[in-house]
Amino acid sequence: MKIEGDSMKKDEESMPKILAFLCNWCSYAGADLAGTSRLKYPPSILPIRVMCSSRVDPLFIVKAYLGGIDGVLVAGCHPGDCHYEKGNYYTRRRFALLKKIFEELNIEPDRLLLSWISASEGTKYARVATEFTEKIRKLGENSVKHKIFL
Amino acid sequence: MTKALKINKNSEQGVLEVLKFLLEKGKVKGVFTLKKIGKDGAVAYSLITKSDELKDAVPFYPLMPVNAGKLLSRFTLRGSTTDPVIAVVRPCELRAFIELVKRDQGSLDNIFFISSTCGGVYPLKMAADKKIEENLSKYWDAVSKGEILTDLRSACKGCEEFIPYTSDMTVDLIAKNDIDKQCVILLNNEKAEKLVEDIKGGFLARELDKGKLDKFCGKREAEKKKLFNEIEAKVKGLDGFIDIFGKCIGCHGCSKVCPICYCKLCEFESPDSEYKPSNYETDLEKRGGLRVPPGITYFQIGRLDHVTISCVGCGACEDVCPVDIPLSSIYKKVGESVQKLFDYVPGKDVEEEIPLLTFEKEELSEFED
Repeated sequence: MKIEGDSMKKDEESMPKILAFLCNWCSYAGADLAGTSRLKYPPSILPIRVMCSSRVDPLFIVKAYLGGIDGVLVAGCHPGDCHYEKGNYYTRRRFALLKKIFEELNIEPDRLLLSWISASEGTKYARVATEFTEKIRKLGENSVKHKIFL
Repeated sequence: MTKALKINKNSEQGVLEVLKFLLEKGKVKGVFTLKKIGKDGAVAYSLITKSDELKDAVPFYPLMPVNAGKLLSRFTLRGSTTDPVIAVVRPCELRAFIELVKRDQGSLDNIFFISSTCGGVYPLKMAADKKIEENLSKYWDAVSKGEILTDLRSACKGCEEFIPYTSDMTVDLIAKNDIDKQCVILLNNEKAEKLVEDIKGGFLARELDKGKLDKFCGKREAEKKKLFNEIEAKVKGLDGFIDIFGKCIGCHGCSKVCPICYCKLCEFESPDSEYKPSNYETDLEKRGGLRVPPGITYFQIGRLDHVTISCVGCGACEDVCPVDIPLSSIYKKVGESVQKLFDYVPGKDVEEEIPLLTFEKEELSEFED
């Protein structure tokens, strides 16, 4: 039992923290489906349900990044399938703009991810969660966590 | 070929003559231009309705006290003027105003614009030190030769958008060797032609001299590259960003003078973003230390996110920064790349939507997973 406890603890230490903004109509349902289908994916995702991916103010992402989160995932309905018809098109532009700014400032744009996951794509959700976690693991811990002079 | 008006006076006097003519004939009710105030050499934007008051007007004075786009927005925010007004502004000021009009922060109705090929402005510091007067002849000499002075605002030194896009009249200044003897004003549309149709002066067909201006643009581009390289060497990751903004005292002066930062209730100044004791506690527990006031990096990245898509590169932010952070280079560099992403030139066309308020159904696939 002791050995298991140790390995759990170790796993927790190396497990990145990823904030996921999931849209109510597609991606959150997709995550639900992944769960009910008993698909396995790392416990790194901290989900926040939003009514539409376009509810995600780019500054939420900035705040999370400066707060020390290791990765941010924004997920919504596929283009053309938005519950509010065009919300995700705006999300895409806002996200692209923010990512470009991260690129220009050389501050780890790879920690941000935009993905389209529909309510039926439980497998895709599990895959994105696994792959993104893997990618963030490779990037290592977000060093912002230890910065004081922000 | 564009129709142009030629007046045999120096460029500034020529424009003043046009303004005087328009006021006296009642073709416009007011003139918005730079004017000397008092005996101390101060220059400020002013609205003038009496032609006598034009005597101290200095439409092309190489100083931008405030971006005129911001002023015109305040002037027309609650509705357009009832009578026509003519404004003499720089290309970046005009573009800033167009961006504000797109955001419903002003109206283009009843305003005519005179702009010019722009040689840039001196920093505000130079006006405060009262050193502009003595540099005037040097400034005009450089403009007429198409050279870039080293003591201009750094944003101006690297500005490639020195030809106005939407002005009704454009005064030919850059690389025109007889600006002290002759004023040539291009009339870009019928409205402008009608305004000055019965003025005393010669009319001719004229275009801006593309060859000369391209050469000038090349010099500006080289200067811009230099600024970009400097900033690129400094902004290396978040550490570099923190190094540059470490000096920031959080005065928010950059946002106060920015024409694009128009929000009346700024998110970064709202009580919501004020740190509460619990915020301090959480952050301190996590980090073991905290800069006070906190949130300066958040403010700066946030402002980049809000502003760069429409940044016209006027350089007002850098000019007011009390700790000399090279803001204009950063905004210009980031701005250029995000504007390119959407193929957008801020302030070029009032009909063109702000990229974040519109979309294409198929685009930007490189940003999706």
